[in-house]
Amino acid sequence: MTTETPDNIIVFDKLNKWYGNSFHVLRDINLQVKRGERIVICGPSGSGKSTLIRCINRLEEHQEGHLWVDGTELTDDVKAIDKIRKEVGMVFQQFNLFPHLTVLENLTLSPMYVGKMPKKEAEEKAMAQLKRVRIAEQAGKYPLQLSGGQQQRVAIARALCLTPKIMLFDEPTSALDPEMIKEVLDVMVEMANQGITMLCVTHEMGFAKAVADRVIFMDQGQIVEQNNPHDFFNNPQTDRSKDFLSKILGH
Amino acid sequence: MAETIIFQSLPSRPAPVNTEGLVPWVKSNLFANWQSSIVTIIVGALLLYYVPQFINWAVITATTVANADACRAEGVGACWGVIREKYRLIIFGRYPFEEQWRPLIATLLMVGLLVMSCTRMFWKKWLVVAWVIVLVAFFILMYGGVMGLSTVPTDRWGGLPLTIMLATLSIVLCFPIAICVALGRRSRLPAIKTFCTIYVELIRGVPLISVLFMASFMFPLFMPQGVTIDVLIRVLVGVTLFAAAYMAEVIRGGLQAMPKGQAEAAASLGLSYWQTQFKIILPQALAMVVPGIMNNFIGLFKDTSLVYIVSLYELTGALGLALNSDADWRPYKLEGYLFIVAIYFAFCFAMSRYSLWIEKQLNKSKLR
Repeated sequence: MTTETPDNIIVFDKLNKWYGNSFHVLRDINLQVKRGERIVICGPSGSGKSTLIRCINRLEEHQEGHLWVDGTELTDDVKAIDKIRKEVGMVFQQFNLFPHLTVLENLTLSPMYVGKMPKKEAEEKAMAQLKRVRIAEQAGKYPLQLSGGQQQRVAIARALCLTPKIMLFDEPTSALDPEMIKEVLDVMVEMANQGITMLCVTHEMGFAKAVADRVIFMDQGQIVEQNNPHDFFNNPQTDRSKDFLSKILGH
Repeated sequence: MAETIIFQSLPSRPAPVNTEGLVPWVKSNLFANWQSSIVTIIVGALLLYYVPQFINWAVITATTVANADACRAEGVGACWGVIREKYRLIIFGRYPFEEQWRPLIATLLMVGLLVMSCTRMFWKKWLVVAWVIVLVAFFILMYGGVMGLSTVPTDRWGGLPLTIMLATLSIVLCFPIAICVALGRRSRLPAIKTFCTIYVELIRGVPLISVLFMASFMFPLFMPQGVTIDVLIRVLVGVTLFAAAYMAEVIRGGLQAMPKGQAEAAASLGLSYWQTQFKIILPQALAMVVPGIMNNFIGLFKDTSLVYIVSLYELTGALGLALNSDADWRPYKLEGYLFIVAIYFAFCFAMSRYSLWIEKQLNKSKLR
């Protein structure tokens, strides 16, 4: 059975992953993501949310099942991995900016060395992305001279510099001060409205309600429940998701 | 509804206790409590007792006459005349006396370029060309045999030029080897990983002296008949491989300290393994271990003195050569040693200061 169609940009087919021999972190994952779809993944810590999206750009490798991204199956084939990484941007919880490079250099690195773009063009494109995340005036600074919210916006701009088809967000606001979460979410909402495929691991339920087409709830390495945000939040189907929602929405 | 209260911040004011300046420094560092006051007084008394004695010996009653009889006179302190008499032998070793302008120019060239290489202003592509030219010039000047220069075989090279040449070349050569070995030890390919681990453990398991012995005496036994490699090159290779093993571990320490997220971010941006290492990981990892790297470089600079055991007379060896063979001056070895101590110290202190400067440069991106 293959559910790969031109409509589906990401297809997980009975995917299983283990850490070492005994920790079965992803169990029988079946998931199809449509082009332009915006998905929020939530669930308790250790449920495999991050591992799931990290499989998409092969930061983690799976041992069983199949995974197609934009028509290419992810295997050990380095060329396939390189191709997919050019099409998938990722934003991390800890920003992971390169502290020894300026903001602008952080953004131009990949277009210049992976995309073989001339320096001038890469810089113009980088400045355009920095304007998009409203931080162009900080281009010459080093990442550690910026606030957390600013750093995360730079990280988003950096991921956008390769004009990816898919954006992965791994808890993008979890390391931020409460006052800075909004400025990052605003940028993400703006992106969501521009039609890029987004998979976002987050506990920002307001964000999920505002932009997600689908909410996926995971526990113990499995997809427990998926639904549109309205129905998921108002009418969860499983005891596990009811319990989870009562805990995070309870106060 | 009650009116909103407007928040007003308090003006900042200076700290109540002055912590900057000389008096607070003395108070907090020398006389913080009664224990530290006692130690300060004892150390101060010892200094007051010994420093004048040393100055008396080294300066006031010292003589600079290059005459052994003047040194033996009653009440004479340090005999700096020994340096006046022997400095050319100490500095240039067994290099032919009339030709010593050649190592002098060669060494000045190399030291000049070293200083230039340490300055950001000169970090351009032509610096590599300059190094090739200077190295060729160095060996032509030292070895001769062309352009009317007489040939001086490498076993006659000695003193400071030999020290500087060995240290410079082994530092420059060991660095790239060390980077490869450090990366290799973290490789996912078992063959490379095993090879690098064995290399490091083998080299670290033996003293430098035995490596030099192997390079000098055992290595030729394995060479085919009629093939000889110059002893200087064999020793240089030995010192380099030895230093590279230690350096590799220092660099590996830096690599281990790198957060995983950096490599992951680079991978997610599509950078290849080598691009990730050279653009992201190594610049940060090396910056973290600058003190360790410089520590090794300074150690290496002084370790070159061990080549005397394979009959190469660098600075320390040349001092022994100069004084042991001369019964008149043999008693004044202490002065001779102080002389080369000053030379070693000048070089090592410069290296250590330079490393601090580098650290400052590298930390610029971390300053808020």
